[in-house]
Parts: sequence; C-alpha cells; structure tokens
Amino acid sequence: MSTVSKTLIVASAVATAVAGAAGSAAAQENEKCYGVSLAGANDCAAGPGTTCAGSSTVDYQGNAWTLVPAGTCADIELPAMADGTARVGSLEALERDLPA
Amino acid sequence: MIVTQTAFRKGLLDPALPAPEGLQNPDGAQATKRFDVYRNNVAVSLSDALESAFPVVRKLVGDEFFRAMAGVYLRKFPPSSPLMMHYGEHLPQFLTRFEPTKNHRYLPDIARVELAIRKSYHAADAEPIDGQALAAVAPEDLMALQMTIAPAVQVVSSKDYPIHAIYMANTREDAPKPEPGAESVLIARPHFDPTIHKISTADASCIKALQEGKSLGLALAEAGDDLDLGATLGLLLSQRAIIELN
Amino acid sequence: MLDATSFNALPNKPGVGHKPQHYKDILGNPGPLGWLEIHAENYMGDGGRPIAQLRHLSEQFPISVHGVGLSIGGEGDLDKDHLARLKHLIGWLNPASFSEHLAWSTHDSHFLNDLLPLPYNMKTVKRVADHIDEVQEVVGRKMLLENPSSYLAFAESTMSETDFLKEIVSRTGCGLLLDVNNVFVSATNLNTSPQAYIDDFALDAVGEIHLGGHDEDEDETGAPLLIDSHGKAVVDPVWALLDYTLERSGRKPLLIEWDTDVPEWPVLAAEVARAHAALELVAA
Repeated sequence: MSTVSKTLIVASAVATAVAGAAGSAAAQENEKCYGVSLAGANDCAAGPGTTCAGSSTVDYQGNAWTLVPAGTCADIELPAMADGTARVGSLEALERDLPA
Repeated sequence: MIVTQTAFRKGLLDPALPAPEGLQNPDGAQATKRFDVYRNNVAVSLSDALESAFPVVRKLVGDEFFRAMAGVYLRKFPPSSPLMMHYGEHLPQFLTRFEPTKNHRYLPDIARVELAIRKSYHAADAEPIDGQALAAVAPEDLMALQMTIAPAVQVVSSKDYPIHAIYMANTREDAPKPEPGAESVLIARPHFDPTIHKISTADASCIKALQEGKSLGLALAEAGDDLDLGATLGLLLSQRAIIELN
Repeated sequence: MLDATSFNALPNKPGVGHKPQHYKDILGNPGPLGWLEIHAENYMGDGGRPIAQLRHLSEQFPISVHGVGLSIGGEGDLDKDHLARLKHLIGWLNPASFSEHLAWSTHDSHFLNDLLPLPYNMKTVKRVADHIDEVQEVVGRKMLLENPSSYLAFAESTMSETDFLKEIVSRTGCGLLLDVNNVFVSATNLNTSPQAYIDDFALDAVGEIHLGGHDEDEDETGAPLLIDSHGKAVVDPVWALLDYTLERSGRKPLLIEWDTDVPEWPVLAAEVARAHAALELVAA
C-alpha cells in the first residue's frame, strides 16, 4: 500500500472516530464503584473480638490444605490451550517459595 | 527481657511460635492469648483488604477458599507499603504457583484485571482532548502523531483466556457463560468510575504502543492489519482516554 | 503550658471519621457535625474520586488528617517516601489538624497494618521523640500523638503511659490526641483505673478527643479482654469516662470513630448527636 493511500485510510478512520465519539461524553455520573472505593482502605481499628483468625496454625500451612476452589469457577470449563493441554506459566519465578 | 520488633513481627506472622518472652498479662504472667489479639488484627485486616480488592477472584474460588488462601498469601507477601490501596500486587504470581489454584489457570489473569481496575481508580486525573483537536490534525501529520494516554488507562491481555467474559459473568446478572478463547480488556476512567471494555489483540497492541509514546504510524504497524483504527480511536475518545496530541 | 490551639484549629464540636459511603449524607444532612477526620493513607493515591471528594468536603468542613501508617514507634528509620506523601497531602489540603499514633506498624519494610505496642522507657522516649521531631520538621507543623489501646504489658517498661506522653510533649512540643475509649480498653485490660489515667494525663496538651466502640472477649485466665474494634456504638461507661474527662479538660474537638461494620449514616448521626450533647454539658 502506498504511503498516500495509507494516510488517507488513517485520516478517514480518525474522522469516523471523532464523529462517533461526539456527544458521547457522559454527564456527571452517579458512583457505581463503592466496591473499588472501599478496596484496600486503611483504618485504625482492631479486628473483631475474636483472637482465632490469626492464631490458628492450620489456616496457612500448605500441608494442612484440604480446600479446593468452590465458587463460580465450577461453572467455567476452559481448556488452557486450544488442544486442551495445560499451559506452562510464563510469569517470572517467585523470589520466595510457596507452600505446595 | 527486651522484645525486639523483629521477634514481635515473627511471632505475629507465625502462630506456631510462642508469644515473645517479655510480654505480660496484668498479673505478670507470660502473655499468650493477649498476643493473639495482634495476630488476629494483622491476619483479619489483611484478609479483609484482599477480599475487598479481589471480589471476582473471590467469587470464582468461593468465600471459604479465598479466606484460607488469603491467610497463606498475607504471610508470604505482607504489604511492603503502608498504602493498603495497593495491597495484593503479587496475587497473580501467587495464584500461578499456589498448588490448589494451579489448575484454574485463568485466575492470575483475572487478578491482573482487578489490580488494573484499582490502579485506574486511584490514577491521576487528566483532562481529555476534544475530538475536534484530533480531526484538525493535517492528514500528512497523522502517521507521526503521538497521543498521550490518560494515566487511568490500563490494558490487560490474556494469552489463553476469555478474561472479559469471565469478569462480566461474575459481575453482571445477565452476562453469558464464558466460551474458550483469549481476550484483552481496556480499562478506562471517563470520570471517576473505571469502565471495562473487551478489545481485540490488535487494539491492545495499538493502545499499548500509544501508551509507550510511539507514533500512530508505529502503533499501526505493531497492531497489524486486523486493527479497525476508527473503532479503536472512537473507543479511546469516548472513554476520555486521550489527553494530549504531540 | 502548651497552648493546644497553636497546633489545632478544629472547632470544639463533634466530628466523625469519614467513610466514602456517607459522602452524600454528610453533605445533605450534617446535623451538629462540625468537622471530619480522614485516614491519611486513603488519600495518597494520585487522583480520582477519593481526592475529588476530599477536596469538596474540605470546602464545607474543617478536616483532621489522621495517619495510621507512619510507624512512629518503629525501631528503624521513618519511611521517607511515606513522610513525603504525608507532606504532600498536608500541603495541598492544609487541614485543621494532623495526628498519628503512639505505635509501630512497619519493620524491615514490612507493613503489618496494625497499631503495635511499644514498651515505655527512656530508650523508647528518645526514639519516639526523635521521630516526632522529624515528622514535624518535614511536614512543617505540630502534630497530635494518640494514646493506644493496650492488650498486654512489657516487662521492660519503666514508666507509665501518661508519664511517657508527658515526656514526649515536653521534648517535641507536639500535642496529644486523647482516645477515651482506648483509655477504657487499656485500663480494663491491664486492670488499672481509667479515672486515674485521666487525672494523670496532660490534658492541657489535648487537641482532640476520640470515642469509638469496642468488642468484649476474655483472656486464657477469664480476665476481661476488650478489643478496640471500632465496630459498635460507644458504650455507656465510655460516655461516662468522657464526661469525667470533659469536666477536667473543658470542651474539645470530639470525634466518633466507626471503622468496621460501618452502619448507615443515621446510626452514626445518633452518636454524633450524643457527642454534641456531651459537649453542651460542659461550660464553654
């Protein structure tokens, strides 16, 4: 494709975008994201009146784990790859080992 | 008997350890349950922070599993900053390596979407350009044009999973069940509430290139022939995501 | 004697710890509410709704900035990045008051998200005083330091909390934030007299009073163990201790804190009304 014709295509796309977006700016919205606004807030309160949550050793020891994910993930069946094989993680290795 | 903060902290995060010696009940006896108050405060407050920060991951794995998993996460990755609004940044990596979630390989990508929404919510404000400013650029200058993208804009791409569909299915009543396939999302913040949009791989490449300060010409080259530039720019303009033209 | 007004411009009225879910209620129906307190760390993002709401609220109410993450009692150096964020917030907001806690929360770069206790002796006096000097120097104003809720005691302590705080005030010129619920919680937990604590407190240095709810538990011996949960209404014995305090201190800016299981605004407004009534009972 020539530079001139590519430029024309881009110019036409810009014109389409500007025309389509005109007047679409929303008026001052009502808050929809209380969830986000409260996510990870700092406060100076102590936990509720039980001393159990942080003092149980089974809740964090890997070898004591018997739980499996049991939420809406049960409704989702997604092969990792198109052929159904599991994919090897591509994220960088952790500095610290996690309980297995 | 001096209680160092190193010993205090170790005891807080490891309930198998006894409370540090030198901490006392009012009668002078060694404190036990009284130290557990602090253990509880740390574990509960950090677990609560993770729950509020990752509602979709939580819904996917269930409340009981998430709470227990939070107990593992917070001990491996206690916050490195006092700003709880940023807590949980290592959850994607954690979910990748954590044995009980290893077979749910889309969870890390969903955690990345939720992190991106929070980043967007707290990002700096920026005044968007008027669409007419873009229309006014001479056609021969368009390929060299650079667009500054708003700080609240985030692009998250999954190599394998329908992250938009999974996110919607867990946040909207009427959303369809996710079908296999890789998806990318654009998170923008036209005013104060982040919005989430499914975008194509070509869109994601184009927007990421623009975010990096590359010219429109370069961004087009990186996006490839599948890009519908008119639709991409239209989305960016409607989401008030372009803040400067250079 | 210190003049508390030199570092505190809050009115001697009831205030409330601001929660985003009450934003519209507070603007629409403030009642006797005279000021608001915010937790500094929740407004240290770069922008967006939290900052915009705070800017708007600050045009309607005097604001108190209450830090919960500076770790003033920490063994290590103060977090310079965090101090810079605090300076920035206080710089643009110009709040009526700035306060932090007698506690630590960060050690070796790990933030534990709780207000952790420290022993009271001359070594910790020096550490805390040095840190407060640094904060006041960087932020450019005097701060208030809040008495903590205690659940246990340190064998290495050599002085009372009230003497410790007096020494800090004398060394740094800072003011004090007197949390009356914390006094009640600590006195119950450590089997001491809350009234004696108030009698011995440097009331002239008090720039603000806090009130909040607590939970009830017991330790392994069956002794009462109160937890400073900020998740309930203030109990009658704490209101009585407030009256005892106000009789001696005179009117002070008086804050209701409710941080967990945050109720609808009318429930909180009722606490604010009770705080207002308690202040009205005191000679102006």
